[in-house]
Amino acid sequence: MSLLQIRDLNVRFATTDGEVSAVNGINLDVARGETLGIVGESGSGKSQLAFSIMGLLARNGRATGSVRFDGAEILNAPAPLLNKIRAERIAMVFQDPMTSLNPYMRVSDQMAEVLMLHKGMGKAQAVAESARMLDAVKIPDAKGRIRLYPHEFSGGMRQRVMIAMALLCRPDLLIADEPTTALDVTVQAQIMELMADLQREFGMAMILITHDLGVVAGSCERVMVMYGGRIMERAPVDPIFADPAHPYTQGLLAAIPRVDQKGDQLSAIPGSPPNMTHPPAGCPFAPRCAYVMPVCGQTMPPLDAFAPGRERACYASLDVVRKGHAPQPDLPEPAAADLDEMQESAHDH
Amino acid sequence: MFGFILRRLAVAIPTLLLLIVLSFLLMHAAPGGPFTQERALPPQIIANLNAKYGLDEPLWRQIINYVWGIVAHFDFGPSFVYPDRTVNQIIAAGFPVTLTYGGIAFVAAVLVGVSLGVSAAIRQNSWVDYLAVGTSIGAQVLPNFVMAPILVLVFTLWLGWLPGGGWGGPIYWIMPVVALSTSFMASIARITRSSMLEVLGSNHIRTARAKGLSESKVILRHALKPALLPVISYLGPAFVTMITGSVVVDMYFSTGGIGRSFVDSALNRDYAVMMGITILVGALTILFSLVVDVLYAWIDPKIRY
Amino acid sequence: MIDTQQMQSLAARMTEAEVKGRSPWADARRRFRRNKAAMVSLVILILVALFAIFGNSLAGWSNEEMDFEVMGNAATMGMPSFANGHYFGTDDLGRDLFSRTVQGTQVSLMVGLIGAGIAVIVGTLYGATAGYVGGRTDAIMMRTVDILLAIPYMFVLILLLVIFGRSMSMLFLGIGLISWLEMSRIVRGQTLSLKNREFIEAARATGVPGWKIIIRHIVPNLLGVVAVYATLLVPLMILSESFISFLGLGVQEPLTSWGALISEGAGTMNYGTLWQLIFPLFFFCITLFAFFFVGDGLRDALDPKDR
Repeated sequence: MSLLQIRDLNVRFATTDGEVSAVNGINLDVARGETLGIVGESGSGKSQLAFSIMGLLARNGRATGSVRFDGAEILNAPAPLLNKIRAERIAMVFQDPMTSLNPYMRVSDQMAEVLMLHKGMGKAQAVAESARMLDAVKIPDAKGRIRLYPHEFSGGMRQRVMIAMALLCRPDLLIADEPTTALDVTVQAQIMELMADLQREFGMAMILITHDLGVVAGSCERVMVMYGGRIMERAPVDPIFADPAHPYTQGLLAAIPRVDQKGDQLSAIPGSPPNMTHPPAGCPFAPRCAYVMPVCGQTMPPLDAFAPGRERACYASLDVVRKGHAPQPDLPEPAAADLDEMQESAHDH
Repeated sequence: MFGFILRRLAVAIPTLLLLIVLSFLLMHAAPGGPFTQERALPPQIIANLNAKYGLDEPLWRQIINYVWGIVAHFDFGPSFVYPDRTVNQIIAAGFPVTLTYGGIAFVAAVLVGVSLGVSAAIRQNSWVDYLAVGTSIGAQVLPNFVMAPILVLVFTLWLGWLPGGGWGGPIYWIMPVVALSTSFMASIARITRSSMLEVLGSNHIRTARAKGLSESKVILRHALKPALLPVISYLGPAFVTMITGSVVVDMYFSTGGIGRSFVDSALNRDYAVMMGITILVGALTILFSLVVDVLYAWIDPKIRY
Repeated sequence: MIDTQQMQSLAARMTEAEVKGRSPWADARRRFRRNKAAMVSLVILILVALFAIFGNSLAGWSNEEMDFEVMGNAATMGMPSFANGHYFGTDDLGRDLFSRTVQGTQVSLMVGLIGAGIAVIVGTLYGATAGYVGGRTDAIMMRTVDILLAIPYMFVLILLLVIFGRSMSMLFLGIGLISWLEMSRIVRGQTLSLKNREFIEAARATGVPGWKIIIRHIVPNLLGVVAVYATLLVPLMILSESFISFLGLGVQEPLTSWGALISEGAGTMNYGTLWQLIFPLFFFCITLFAFFFVGDGLRDALDPKDR
């Protein structure tokens, strides 16, 4: 049985401008020790998917469906049950270490409280153990620096603190939400390497959420591509890069700058993400898709397996998509996405 | 921290001196004042003034005499109206009264306001929230000079429960404290509520929740401190407005605080008393804003001092 | 008081909208229309303004005329009545309270609007200049504001009124002179964040002089913050004036204001002439309510957050 089992998960936000659907009917399984990458543009619902697993949605958010962790239903579970699982069994590393650590508390206090709560340690023991974990994430002079405040660390060091804090209880599942987005490229590589090492060492499963396919390539076994709150394609990491089966995945790959490519060939996907206050009836990618057909605008294509371990949600035939770029039609610009705003206002609760 | 306090004092002291000198010049320029000799003052007062300022000496000497008297001896000089009283005596009579009900009102406003604001934010859109939002909106249009007559109308004239004025035991304190503190309590509740809501939606609170902390620990350990920062910055202006409000309380309830002396001296053109009270209030304000800054710096580690 | 945190949030929002090139006003108008409290308040404000402008033509008596039938026993004869034309009753001197209230409304609204107007103009220009010029000038200008803010202004204002004589212009000057301080701080903050944006740099690069940039580019972008602040400032100005008038140090007879009327009404309520307090108090309260709701509604419309 898989460690995490998600069935028909929907996340909706009530905003001043109407209801926004961030996640639509997601099914997902994560096995013990596995690394799954979730890729999508900002506003594709990938972060909200992660928050809903942990019960961390903003106040105006509602999740429906089922999330089973180790066999037990945890979606919308009562707080005491969730609080036993949080940090102890599922831990999370957040996107922005600058704001995700409490700026008014010493790192030692922030880390120690996790161990005191879940492991019943005393303060001194918890701080000592926390310092050891800071050592494990390669923070130099961990013992001396644990007494500092978050703003006294650099960005990369702060993210190491976040990771160390998440690993304190040696969780079964680590959800990392864009762990490197806020960091320099060189620091990004170090952090990703560190996470891979730690995962191997601790044997935990990991969900790595990112908009950066490069990050996924280096560290994940399976990849799930999301757009407009839905799964577009899911496959092991190699076929995703070698043989993308969904027009959106193709578009994402084409947008990655490559050293062996001339500068002017870099192609962006035309158009912009859908306005999720009024989600399209059919495939959310249809308005930007080069292979669009009339049916695409009416119903969402089902997520079908077409090869072992590979699934795609697209009406266009695999052959047509594989053949490569259809001539790009002139598309009218859809309304600008409001999903950024949705998340913003969600934060204000 | 010590250096920080010193640097803040370096700004506070010139501000205060400036206030004193400007006050003295205003007093000097005032038409109909004693220095212009337009009004026939009782000889006793002229003698008092002469002894204090040396009226025939140049202006700059008089200023120095005045400033020195305040700085070195806390002496605001003689009254312009009452030949046998000094400004110090007038202040000493009223100040303890103002301090008593003002202090109670201040502490009550902060305690009740913060608790109300926090409860409202935690239970957003519940009856506590509506109560807090309702009272804070209502209190905006019920300033102390409206509250005071309404309180007297209800509790003295209609119900007959409380004395309508005067100063004595705690029963005399109730209406002044309520009249003075209501609008601040409401403002503090409103600020606490909105800043708590802001903080509860912030990323580090999500981290705290992800740690499996109970909601009460999330709020007490992680949310309260940052949520109180805007409240602390509001305390400075609140203090000033509260002192101002005490004028109304003194007038309406005849409590006998310095507010009454201030208005009386304003109506009698007793400039010396007006100056004295203005400077005293200014000094208290500056001192209080210093305390607020230190408190703020103590809570927020990002402020370097 | 005005919540500075919320003003800063609004300021940040406006800057962001400017950078994204989206006008925040179109959405704001729709949101404001949907806000029932704000719309009702707007109607109330219009009605109060109409009352102030046309009230006198409805009044049965002028505001200075004394009704000698009533004078001396206002408690029994001066009740509100349509029969003798005193719709709101009379005061102790037998003057018609309806026309006194009309006059008080005129004076209080004028003080509020002019006081807020001075605050907005002075505060915006001062803050925009300090923020735009920056450096030492900025430091000195803002330090001055800090010092002025530390002075107990109501005491100083009363001092000024006593020393230089009580007059309407002194009152305007006194209230307006102090009220711009907070405004200048908020405007400076937003100017600082606007200053380094591309469109300002482009203007500077093409040689547009500094003052022109301030007037043409910075000030229009401050419009949202200024509009909200001004709306919330009007009731605060009315409160200040009423406070001073309540103490008997504000406008002088035969002029009157809400504060003066409330003070009179509060002084005589022991004698059973409650209407002398209630009518001015009613207009005072609904107008203040309405201004606060319109201001809050405007802010929520421009910076939609679920508070």
